[in-house]
Amino acid sequence: MLEAANARYLMTTHQPTINARTAPVSPALPPLRIGSFTLNSRLVVGTGKYRDYATMQAAIEASGADCVTVAVRRERLVDAEGRSILDFLPLERLTILPNTAGCFTADDAVRVSRLGREILEQLGNPGAGWVKLEVLGDRTTLLPDPVGTLEACKELVKDGFTVLCYSSDDPIIAARLRDAGAASVMPAGSPIGSGRGIANPAAIRMVIDRLKLAEQGGSAEYPVIVDAGVGTASDIVHAMELGADGVLLNTGIAHAQDPVRMAHAMRLALDAGWHTARAGRIPRKLYANASSPWEGVITHIPGE
Amino acid sequence: MRIELNGQHKELDGPATVAQLLLTLGLERAPCAVEVNARLVRKALHQTHALAEGDRVEVVTLVGGG
Repeated sequence: MLEAANARYLMTTHQPTINARTAPVSPALPPLRIGSFTLNSRLVVGTGKYRDYATMQAAIEASGADCVTVAVRRERLVDAEGRSILDFLPLERLTILPNTAGCFTADDAVRVSRLGREILEQLGNPGAGWVKLEVLGDRTTLLPDPVGTLEACKELVKDGFTVLCYSSDDPIIAARLRDAGAASVMPAGSPIGSGRGIANPAAIRMVIDRLKLAEQGGSAEYPVIVDAGVGTASDIVHAMELGADGVLLNTGIAHAQDPVRMAHAMRLALDAGWHTARAGRIPRKLYANASSPWEGVITHIPGE
Repeated sequence: MRIELNGQHKELDGPATVAQLLLTLGLERAPCAVEVNARLVRKALHQTHALAEGDRVEVVTLVGGG
């Protein structure tokens, strides 16, 4: 069954007990470990495209995320008095994940990674140790350039970074990135900002199996995060049902009509998907299977 | 002395270090990172790294992104 993830890698982490009396309070999920980093929330959110910083702040709060991603850009020298996003992020409780968005070559991605690390070291944020590596192919698709990503990943690992690699939904390049030392591979559900959800569930499932199943050379502990394409909460449920360890998104929250409510929904969806993947869904069947007993019916049944 | 700063030409009054440039820009206390000719100049070296004619300087910070 395509949709159900493989139980062997799902059952390795601690399973919080569902207490029917305290439902619907969801038990805390086990933390997500990526290299030496530990995240309490499996939802990682972006900080771009919000209408204002106050909305961004409230949405991050509602998402429950303890890790947010940011980009590296030129200082706006004409407006040095301009407010910095850093004044609106609770740096004491958030791990900042700098990204290399906008990079189209491995060299540029390495430069940008080092610049991001330099700033986070000044801020004393633990995020100085890692990077969300994006090496993109072009502006139209924003799809990863697998060759450039692999090249940059090797260089950054050598330089001591914990590298989280944005990747296409291809199991072969995913394994190559893992072998090059990526601490997490993050396959795209669909193109960045497209809101098309999981465009190819079979491919995402193959990436997850390849990285997590022992017989495919994987490890159940290896973190796979679905990154990009999430348009709505059910996309997160879908990603988690496919066996993902977490989800990273930005536009799906930032451009929703009510970003704070959508952030809340995304948080609930992550929990729903995590539990669904471990609850063991029923197989799909073509025909019906009555929920009420046939025994004792007092009716005329067509054909009988 | 002429340098290129964040893609724009900039005329400096005289010799300057990275630290002096940031002071001129009012960014001496801002969380930012500096590259000269595509190589990071770490904060600890801002006081001593002298800029040269024609240097390409990038001063970057963190912004919202996904």
